[in-house]
This record gives sequence, structure tokens and C-alpha cells, in this order.
Amino acid sequence: MAQGGPAIEISGLNKWYGDYHALKDIDLQVEHGERIVICGPSGSGKSTLIRCVNSLEAHNSGSITVDGIAMKDAASVDSIRSEVGMVFQQFNLFPHLTILQNLTLGPIKARGLSKADADARAMQYLERVRIPDQAHKKPAALSGGQQQRVAIARSLCMEPKIMLFDEPTSALDPEMISEVLDVIVDLAEDGMTMIVVTHEMGFARKAADRMIFMDHGEIIESGVPDQFFNAPKSARTKQFLSQILQH
Amino acid sequence: MKPILALTALLLLTGCGAAGNWGWYVINPNTTQGANNIKFLLNGFGATILLSLIAAGMSMVIGLMVALPGMSSNRWVRLPSRIYIEFVRAIPLLPMLFWVFYGLPVVLKSMGISVSIDAFWGAIITLAISDSAFTAEIYRSGIQSINKGQTEAAKTVGLNYRQTMRYVILPQAIKRILPPLANQFIYIVKMSAFASVIGMQELTRRANELVVTEYRPLEIYTLLIFEYLVLVLAISFFVRWLERKMGSDESR
Ligand SMILES: Nc1ncnc2c1ncn2[C@@H]1O[C@H](COP(=O)(O)OP(=O)(O)OP(=O)(O)O)[C@@H](O)[C@H]1O
Ligand SMILES: [Mg+2]
Repeated sequence: MAQGGPAIEISGLNKWYGDYHALKDIDLQVEHGERIVICGPSGSGKSTLIRCVNSLEAHNSGSITVDGIAMKDAASVDSIRSEVGMVFQQFNLFPHLTILQNLTLGPIKARGLSKADADARAMQYLERVRIPDQAHKKPAALSGGQQQRVAIARSLCMEPKIMLFDEPTSALDPEMISEVLDVIVDLAEDGMTMIVVTHEMGFARKAADRMIFMDHGEIIESGVPDQFFNAPKSARTKQFLSQILQH
Repeated sequence: MKPILALTALLLLTGCGAAGNWGWYVINPNTTQGANNIKFLLNGFGATILLSLIAAGMSMVIGLMVALPGMSSNRWVRLPSRIYIEFVRAIPLLPMLFWVFYGLPVVLKSMGISVSIDAFWGAIITLAISDSAFTAEIYRSGIQSINKGQTEAAKTVGLNYRQTMRYVILPQAIKRILPPLANQFIYIVKMSAFASVIGMQELTRRANELVVTEYRPLEIYTLLIFEYLVLVLAISFFVRWLERKMGSDESR
């Protein structure tokens, strides 16, 4: 839409859960085509932050603008959601539908595509995540890695401009992590704007344009991967990195 | 051993009337009178079943209409549903039946609506309303048992509230809703006996009328109980079957 402006602009964002201050004065700007990786200890507010971007969580103060659309009323939330895809840690596939139906539900019901068009689009994205042969199975018949790739394809079928990933590989067996990360790297190389919450630092080095470290609801440090990994400015970042890089 | 025990029990029971007071003849199918009486009693099945089915159908619709706003995140939307459920659950069936049958037509008339409520519809309305509070709770627990992630995923692929319910939540929740709903039908069938007091010609009413003419309450009410037993056991059987069927293809 507004090609000149940033993809996402967050300023002065605050989020409270009752008395608990989950996000504290967050400012974040994401350019079109930029790939951002967010890491930080458990409970630091990573999920909350990206869930605010597509309004799965309502924020208490501050502003969020996505692709030039300011988040204010229900209509603007709908427009923002149509630009933003999301992949969850627990996949959240629809278990009663086949893989193909999982992919076409949104395009048919929300976008008004014909079944034939939606099917064609779904098959195209299933090719892209490399599981076209599973189209007529139910999600439970697939491995975790395959399910997460289906979830990515389901988001892509809505042709979003921005993708959010919330720990997409944390629920997977180790041997399935790379098949999912490969798909995300592919997307990144095609120029998709994305925010990925993950602790997969190998992936981060390869795919990220910018690293963000969060702790206690604040952005502590943000920088290009080289500088972030090799010369972190904050002591807390240093300590966090040394902990997760040990494994 | 077992048949002997059963026989003794029966003898003991009938023994109370050894003086000749036990009178199975009222429902002896081999006599014309007995056969007519049995026919008269069994003819109540149609009304009891029809009454229960229509009431259950209405209760399912009202229940869903009460349950959905009851799960809103907005407390002002939630409140009327909460009040309805608490209120309806608190009223005993019989007073509600009297109020609907004798009182509601007067209320409606004062509002300029002139409808007479006969025993059949009076009983159906009462049963449906009284049961709908329970149906609503069955829907609520069924729907809330579906993972919140499903709603979130539906939002991210652009579905609105109605589409999310229709295509994502209800098709999954139905498996957890149908068995308890069918179970609830047993209560409706049993409660439908109250319709007899406003003159509805169902199983219980017919038994009462026959008792008045035949003076044989023990035999007639025994048969009445067996009539309900057969009906309820048939429904239970259906519920078990439904539970097995719903449970078996949970994840496929
Ligand atoms: N619905 C909620 N109600 C109350 N508190 C919540 C809720 N969701 C999250 N929180 C709290 O907000 C804080 C931030 O949670 P968030 O899920 O964003 O953390 P995270 O960085 O994603 O952690 P993790 O790595 O464990 O996923 C946590 O302390 C959490 O307990
Ligand atoms: Mg999280």
C-alpha cells in the first residue's frame, strides 16, 4: 500500500496483563523486505510483541502501523490481518479438515476465491513447502515437521506481505527442525518481510538482517547479526548468548 | 439358583396380595378389557416422544443462542446469557409449567397478542426453556474445550466470528457436544411426565386416567414405569453408540 513507509511501525507500545507490565515502551520499525529475529529468555514478552502486530493481543497504549494502516478500529484490524501471516509454535492446523481444506478455507471464505482457484493456489504453496503429495490427508497423519510446513503454506495462501513466526521449531523433534527452517530461509531469500521469534542461532546468522534481544518486556539490544553475536553491547545479551550457545 | 431367587422375590411381592388383591387382569392381553387397556396406555408413547423431540429441538436452538453470547469477552454481552441460565435453572419445572399454561396467555393477551396455548404447546415451551439452560452449558463447555489456538489460526486466515464458529469450532466441538446433548434428552423424556398435570394425553396422563376407572394403581403404574424404562434404555443405547462413533474418529 504505502510503498514509501516502513512495513511495520511500532511506537511507545505498552501491554499490561492485569498488574503485570508485559511490554514496556516498545519502539520498533521494520522495513519492507527486512528479516528480523527476536530472541530472549522465557517470559520476556517476545510472543506478546508479535501477537500485538496482528492484534491477537490488544495493547494498552502506543501505536502500531502496518503497511501504512494505523491500528485503531475493527475494520483496520481486519485490513492489517489480511497483510500479515502467522505461524504458531503449536501449528494450530484445523484437525477436522484435510491439508488441502486447511489451505483453502481462508481463501474461499474470507477472500471469495472459487474452489478451483483456491485449490490451484494451495497446490502451488504445498509444492513450495515440498509436501504436495500429502494434500488429502488429515493433519494428524503428518509428522510435526510436515504439519508446520503445512501451517506455513496455509499462511502463504493468504498472500501476506509480512510473516510472523512464533518459535516455529520449538515443538519439533530435533531431526525435523531443519526441514522447517529451510522453508523459512527460502521465503527470506524471496524477499518476504518477516519477524521470527526463535532460539535457532544458526538460522539467525544465516537469515536475519537484524537481531533483537528482549528481556523483561523491553528491547535491550538490536543490531546486525555480526555485531550482535560477536560484540554484543549489553551485558545481559552477552550472558543470554553464552547460555544458549553452550548447547 | 438365580431363577429360584427371582421367583421367590416375585412370590413375596405378590404374596402381599395373597388375599386376592393382586389384579394383573387389568392389563392381561388375553382378555378384551386387558388388551384395550394396554392399547390405551401404549398409545401414549406417540405423544411422549413427539413432545420430547420437539422440546429437545427447541432447547438445542435456544441453548446455542444463549451459549454463544455467553462466551463473549465483553461482560455486557455475557451478562444477559448468564442471568438467563441462572434464572431458568432456579425455577422448578412444575411451577413454570403452570405459569406458562395459565399465566402466559394472559400476559400475551395484555400485550394484544391473542393466542391460546394448549396443553401440548404449553408443555413443549416449558420443557424447552427449562432444558435450554442445561443445553447452553453443554454447548459452552464443548466449545471452550476447543484449543484457543484454533480461533487464533482462524483469525490469521481472515475468518470472521461467524465463519470461525461455523467452519472451525463447531465441527470440532460437535463431537463433545452431541453425546451429552443426547444424554440430556433422557431428562426431557422423564420430565415430560409433568405435562400430564395440564391434561396432555401422554404416557403418565393415560395411566392416571385408567387408574381412576380401574382402581388398579399398582399394576398400571408398574406398567407405566416399564414404559419409561424401555424408552430411556433405548435412548441410552443410542447415546453409547454415538459416544463410540464420535470418539473413534476424533483425530482422523
Ligand atoms: N494471557 C496472559 N495473561 C497473563 N499473563 C500473561 C498472558 N500471556 C502472557 N503473560 C505473561 O506475559 C509475559 C510475557 O509472555 P510472552 O508469552 O510474551 O513471553 P515469551 O517471551 O514469548 O516467552 P516464551 O519464550 O516462554 O514463549 C510472561 O510473564 C507471561 O507470564
Ligand atoms: Mg512465546
